Amino acid sequence: MSIANYLYLSAILFTIGAIGVVVRRNAIVVFMCIELMLNAANLAFVTFARINGNLEGQVVAFFTMVVAACEVVVGLAIIVTIYRSRRSASVDDASLLKR
Amino acid sequence: MLTSANLVWLIALPLFSSAILLLAGKRSNSWGHVLATTVSASAFTVGVIEFFAMQGRPEESRAVTQKLFTWISVGTFKVDASLLLDQLSICFVLLITGVGTLIHIYSIAYMSHDLDRRRFFAYLNLFIAAMLLLVLGDSYLNLYVGWEGVGLASYLLIGFWNQKPAYATAAKKAFVANRVGDVGLSLAIMIAFATFGDVSFAGIKEHAEHASSTQLTAIGLMLLLAACGKSAQFPLQSWLGDAMAGPTPVSALIHAATMVTAGVYLITRSNFIFDQAPIAQLMVLVIGGVTLLFGAIIGTAKDDIKKALAASTMSQIGYMILATGLGPIGYAFAIMHLLTHGFFKASMFLGAGSVMHGMKDEVNMRKFGGIGKFMPITALTFGLGYLAIIGVPPFAGFYSKDKIIETAFNAGGVKGIALGVATLVGAMITAFYMTRVVILTFFGNERWGHTDEPHESPALMLIPIALLSVGSVVSGFVLSKGQGLVHWLEPIVNPLKEHHAEEFLPPIVVSAMTLSVVVIGVSIAIMKYRGDQLAVAPVNVSSLTKAARRDLFQDDFNETVFMRPGQSLVSNLLNLDYLVIDGTVRAVGSISLTAGSKLRSLQNGYVRSYALLTVIGALALLTVIWVVTA
Repeated sequence: MSIANYLYLSAILFTIGAIGVVVRRNAIVVFMCIELMLNAANLAFVTFARINGNLEGQVVAFFTMVVAACEVVVGLAIIVTIYRSRRSASVDDASLLKR
Repeated sequence: MLTSANLVWLIALPLFSSAILLLAGKRSNSWGHVLATTVSASAFTVGVIEFFAMQGRPEESRAVTQKLFTWISVGTFKVDASLLLDQLSICFVLLITGVGTLIHIYSIAYMSHDLDRRRFFAYLNLFIAAMLLLVLGDSYLNLYVGWEGVGLASYLLIGFWNQKPAYATAAKKAFVANRVGDVGLSLAIMIAFATFGDVSFAGIKEHAEHASSTQLTAIGLMLLLAACGKSAQFPLQSWLGDAMAGPTPVSALIHAATMVTAGVYLITRSNFIFDQAPIAQLMVLVIGGVTLLFGAIIGTAKDDIKKALAASTMSQIGYMILATGLGPIGYAFAIMHLLTHGFFKASMFLGAGSVMHGMKDEVNMRKFGGIGKFMPITALTFGLGYLAIIGVPPFAGFYSKDKIIETAFNAGGVKGIALGVATLVGAMITAFYMTRVVILTFFGNERWGHTDEPHESPALMLIPIALLSVGSVVSGFVLSKGQGLVHWLEPIVNPLKEHHAEEFLPPIVVSAMTLSVVVIGVSIAIMKYRGDQLAVAPVNVSSLTKAARRDLFQDDFNETVFMRPGQSLVSNLLNLDYLVIDGTVRAVGSISLTAGSKLRSLQNGYVRSYALLTVIGALALLTVIWVVTA
């Protein structure tokens, strides 16, 4: 099996995540799609580390995981707070910045 | 040269008094006129003291100077603010302060019902100070300060009743016309400075002897322009008639006796330039000759008594300017006519003011008539002034005007005959229009259309008029006695003591000719205006009369040639500014606004559309990278 297939998988996962972010309204689902995109990026990093035979890609993958963990903490807190105040987790309802 | 510490007081006293009256405001309402008059009389006293001191000194050391301070000091260029009192300026000092004081006294009564009398006196004092600075400055730059100062005072006083828009416009008109002349004076100073590196009279006089005649001609023509503006000479004469909007004492002091003669002073003071610039001198003669006829013709058609007198002033100053153009011999006669004119014209203006005072401020002579028997003293003094201006011996105008006519004839050749005939014709028209004024005002049927009889003015007004008419009777005889004024002024204007090379006509013939044209002028006026007159001006009149009523189209000319093109130039430039310059700025603004409002629709607040844009952007970036690197 060619190692390029990992990259194709990564691209497919990233595309699915991006489409999900754009088309879904539920903030939780959007959030999960973002996680999917991050992990697709991680897969690409790891694959490149393998191709180049060094560890730099794997190190970046770890950084990504740390950032993703932080992001989950902050993001979920925001979503929960918005849900509590508005009884809705739809990202289209939270469009107050326009005004 | 002697120095004197007194000169500064001549200027400082009225200047301080003016400042006090303006700054103290209403508090000085009760004593303002007293202060102003006292100060003017004190200045006159200083002038008289200086005059007698000067007379006591030998001829070569008569002039005195006083250095006040160093005004400008740049490198080698140095201008002192210093004053010079010589035989020429003392004549003016005495005229300005003497006639000025009488007019101050007259104004106390004339303006007594005016709420703003204090402000009026403050301006009068300001004028006296500026006029004295004009005649006492020892350089063109110092003169220029006074020159602008009298322009300002004249503007303020013409527009004294500026609650009437027409009067405010008249003040503005005078100011603008004077500015044209002032530009001439500043150009003359600049040329003089560029050529000689000096602006003082003494310095330029020294340099002028070796200067090229082109530069002197340029300076002379610019000085003539300045004189035309200030002295209401053709072609800048149009403001003087409207300047009669000011209170009558102002017309008497500024627009008859003193300020309008500043042009004559300027040319006389600059004799060392004009004597070596024949072209400029010829232009002086032409301007003087044209204006003396121009003013006289206008004077024949004016129904407003003050405007008739103003036209006469214009004409008489034309005589003076013409005399200054006649060279070293003429200057003294110009100054003599200036002094006698100061007396009789001021007296007649004050007489006109007295008539207006008794006639509820009516100025239309068609609505006067028969006032002589109600205001005998005014009529008598006005009559003395009248005899003086038309040149009946032994009144003042006879001595001064005859001398000018005689000198004009003796100028030699065709020029002499042309000038002589112009002055003679002027004398005839003068006799005509002055007789017309006197008949319409003081004789004939009563046309004032109301039953209130005119009343004689108070003594405070009559005494100054009476003193001035004494001047208009005796001043000519006194000044010309033994060629007194001519010899007095010789060191300044005629140092070589030139005389006529040959006399074209003997004096007695000139006098006889003048007297006969005067008699003709008077007879025509009597024939035309004897008997009952109508209270309205006749409509069916000759086209010349119509033209004269319209000031010989001087305003129409100015409006057509300068005002309208100027206005259209301004409005076109305004449009250009609005469309092109403002247009560019506004286009930039509206492009930004439109672009902003279009781009704003992208900011719709929906997270998902931002995300989509991010994705599109990333894809676009990737495509670009791919295309560029591939």
